[in-house]
Amino acid sequence: MEAFEYAKPASAKEAVKLLASGPKNSEVLAGGSDLLALMKDSISSPGRVVSLGNAHDLRGLDYRSGQGLRIGAMVTIEELAANADVRRHYPGLTQSVEQIGGPQIRNVGTVGGNLCQRPRCWYYRSGFGLLAMYEGKSLVPGGENRYHAILGNAGPAYFVSPSNLGPMLIALDAKLRLLGPKGSRELPMEKFFMTPQAEGEREHAIEPSEVITEVVVPPPKGRSAFYEFRQRAGLDWPLATASVVLRMDGHTISSARVVLGQVAPVPWPSPEAEQALAGKTVSDEVADQAGQAAVQKATPLSHNAYKVTLARVAVKRAVLRAANNA
Amino acid sequence: MATTPCKYDWPEASERKLIGKPISRVDGPAKASGRAKYTYDVNPPALLFGKVLRSPHAHARITSIDTSEAEKLLGVKGVRVVQKPGTEVQWEGDEIVAIAAVSEEIAEDAARKVKVEYELLPPFVADADLDAAKQAQRTKPTVDETKGEPDKAFQDAGSVVSEGFYGTPVIAHCCLEAHGQVTHFLDDQNLKIWQSTQGVSTNPGQYAEILGLKAPNVELICQNMGGGFGSKFQVDRWGVECARLSKDTGGKPVKIMLERAAELEVAGTRPSLYGKIRVAATKDGTLTAWESDAWGTGGVAGAGVPPLPYVLSVPNQKKHYTAVSTNTGGARAWRAPNHPQAAVLTMGALDDLAAKLNMDPIEFLTKNIDLAPEGLRKIYRDEFPIAAELAEWKKYWHPRGQAGNGPVKRGLGVSLHTWGGRGHNSTCDVGIHPDGSVEVKCGTQDLGVGTRTVIAIVAAETLGLPVEAIDVQIGDSHYPYSGASGGSTTVGGVSSSTRRGAVDARDALFAAVAPALGSSADQLEAVNGQIRVKGSPTNSLTWKQACAKLRTKPIEATGKNPGDCNLTSSGVGGVQIADVSVDTETGLVRINRMVAVQDCGLVIDSKTCESQVLGALIMGITYSLFEEKVLDSQTGRTLNPNMEFYRLATIGDVGDLVVHLMTGPGYDERGPIGVAEPPTVSPGAAISNAVANAIGVRVPTIPITPDKVLAALAGKGAMA
Repeated sequence: MEAFEYAKPASAKEAVKLLASGPKNSEVLAGGSDLLALMKDSISSPGRVVSLGNAHDLRGLDYRSGQGLRIGAMVTIEELAANADVRRHYPGLTQSVEQIGGPQIRNVGTVGGNLCQRPRCWYYRSGFGLLAMYEGKSLVPGGENRYHAILGNAGPAYFVSPSNLGPMLIALDAKLRLLGPKGSRELPMEKFFMTPQAEGEREHAIEPSEVITEVVVPPPKGRSAFYEFRQRAGLDWPLATASVVLRMDGHTISSARVVLGQVAPVPWPSPEAEQALAGKTVSDEVADQAGQAAVQKATPLSHNAYKVTLARVAVKRAVLRAANNA
Repeated sequence: MATTPCKYDWPEASERKLIGKPISRVDGPAKASGRAKYTYDVNPPALLFGKVLRSPHAHARITSIDTSEAEKLLGVKGVRVVQKPGTEVQWEGDEIVAIAAVSEEIAEDAARKVKVEYELLPPFVADADLDAAKQAQRTKPTVDETKGEPDKAFQDAGSVVSEGFYGTPVIAHCCLEAHGQVTHFLDDQNLKIWQSTQGVSTNPGQYAEILGLKAPNVELICQNMGGGFGSKFQVDRWGVECARLSKDTGGKPVKIMLERAAELEVAGTRPSLYGKIRVAATKDGTLTAWESDAWGTGGVAGAGVPPLPYVLSVPNQKKHYTAVSTNTGGARAWRAPNHPQAAVLTMGALDDLAAKLNMDPIEFLTKNIDLAPEGLRKIYRDEFPIAAELAEWKKYWHPRGQAGNGPVKRGLGVSLHTWGGRGHNSTCDVGIHPDGSVEVKCGTQDLGVGTRTVIAIVAAETLGLPVEAIDVQIGDSHYPYSGASGGSTTVGGVSSSTRRGAVDARDALFAAVAPALGSSADQLEAVNGQIRVKGSPTNSLTWKQACAKLRTKPIEATGKNPGDCNLTSSGVGGVQIADVSVDTETGLVRINRMVAVQDCGLVIDSKTCESQVLGALIMGITYSLFEEKVLDSQTGRTLNPNMEFYRLATIGDVGDLVVHLMTGPGYDERGPIGVAEPPTVSPGAAISNAVANAIGVRVPTIPITPDKVLAALAGKGAMA
């Protein structure tokens, strides 16, 4: 780990100032479960680390009927997972976070951190950069790509977005509130994640010196559910996830949101699956059709065709789970 | 069978108060509370922290090394070039420069300031691909054998032939306590080492030879250790450099413990084994022929030859084996070296043949059990029905592919295994003091075995005392020599030496107190904390009273193994059944239950013995479902040198573990035999067979991951 400046401001506003006045490669420290590992492995060597640990204005979690849910960026994964209002009104949101990592990770990991964490691509984590370039080309297509992208993988990025929360928040039509040197702004979750086109670009739309202050989730528009596949029973990354919101009209799905996770460099909304569900009555067959539609355009790499199957089944099972999540 | 009694013989079952009972580890509270000190915890005053700069390349030639910037860094106390320019590096992680500094962070910073230039050479790591290995000229045929008339047997009109591909990749030991040591030159000629090792008594001499010291001037201490599994026998290069750094810095203690990445890259592997297997049987299920074309790698030096076919000596055989050389950290003994791999290939092939014959695999194995070594046949015959009952075989086993209509299919699979495990050479000193205290000193180690507990039980049983009355001292090379803990030889070794030493010490005590009891030594017995005259229990002395008769002269007796009377033997058998559920929509495998029926001769402590089997099962489940070193063929780099993607099973992955130890007549007479390794052998084969039973097709290689299950199902043409 390289030496760095460290600051622990008492508010988001101060944090923004410290980021703006610091070196260009300053980083925000939330729970630290990702950043510290990156620094220890010399994958990230920020000149200044701005901790949000004392920024208590980023901590609230508040549900109001008719208004929806506000989640402070520094709310921990465990606080979100354990919140009874969230479980009752947004069951899919609870499901998306309650299996993240293990208890220790959930106790320190934050909502903002989950959205901003860096990919787990093992070439990136071995020091080859986010685009895994070696001797002028990416190592991923001809290498060990069993956990890499099956959608949105025309290159140069082949990693998968690691966030469980991102796809679910997109499905819930959530917005982010960001604070920067020029003040605060809102950004729809769907516009937050971006696919880098060159080394050095980030996987999200946060401007330099901006911090996420809160996530705003509108009142529930339907039944939400989340489904994930992990190889191990615990302490593991999902191989594929599906986040689903079904707006029901009696037994008929009037409209649906379907967003895949861990399959592309960004959370992957599937209008094809949404279309396959709209106007249908939920059944195994309809759910399966949605799954098939979701992966219709998948272009697996040499070792990850199985993820197409997993993504398809994740959508199917998430749809069925949503139908049962009253 | 009548045998002449021998004075050191194990007590008869009716006389055993402690042996074979479930007794908690004597060092359990120290370990659970953190008071037990491991090598990591050793921090002598003025300690320096060592770091090793390792090659990032799997195959390269060092062209230059510049350590000047590192040497200038404040806090750096020693810098040693381990491999000079011109050297060809053969695997990622190989040692280049070793550095000692006043803090771990400074040592790391210094390592980053060393400039090393390499000429890159083409790496080869794709050991699963024999054709690629041949093309890269990385192969060396080492076995080409024919026995009987295999071609004729395969061609016989009455033969049923099964053919398949099976394999296991290279895996690591992944010791939770990494390799490492603290080395301290006390003066020019005397070195003290704290090392996490399987060889307390065997390593000092090796250090001495390399460093030019007198063997007795090297003391090695290992009070507790967090796993070795065969990878911690030797004096490692980083250990020698650690000692040299201590000398270079004027005798400051230096600590080098491997980081997790290095632990997974350079601290040992289990060789891979892949093979195309053909097996034949007559229609009634009598095995007639075996043919294997197998290969594997243990790194640059290749790997040892696996025992194929495993356990069952098929009458007609044709065998090829090719050693493949890869640019990966070298192999080290891995719990039952070569057996787990051989079991996967053999038991997988036999299971496929049984399925082709429409036979229950237990019935098939039982029918052919006379092909096993003679001493094991009865053991397996005893074990099969017990395992079947514990696994509810009759209820849950079904012919292959008949697992019902839902997406989740349940299946059962069976395997068997063997291992030697005769107690190793061991010496211990048993002391009885006039104040009644008893100590046993032995230069052995405890890598999870329960060594202290076993020694305490044997001494206590022999002296008629409770376990707590025995003070066991191990883990120091100044104690009497005891063999390295390898090959599952420790319990057999230390229990035998302790028994002999304790019997001699007890007899000396009898001689000392006989006059006071008005009897002769041969008429005395040590029972329930008393020395008393046989048949006259009231004519007795308490242990303390008896020891007081020694006045000022303690009893010192030395016990050795081997020695008079046969106290340990070799050759155990075990049978395991795996019960799994496979989600055929996703390829995810879950363990419902693992049943291990294990023979290990006389059980000294049923609790630690069962724990050994449980640990072996968990390790076996781990390598069956999760473990593999993922290597990038383009760069030769290890992509998962971490606990994130080098997955070990969590408690939620292991299912119900059921252990049955074979004890009683026919088993106890053989004395204690090692149990650590044998139960790690079968899980790969049993789980692979259970998955095949569940889904109707073979997943050719372990670990059995979702991608492979889905590919196997797709190959079948239907998703069941």
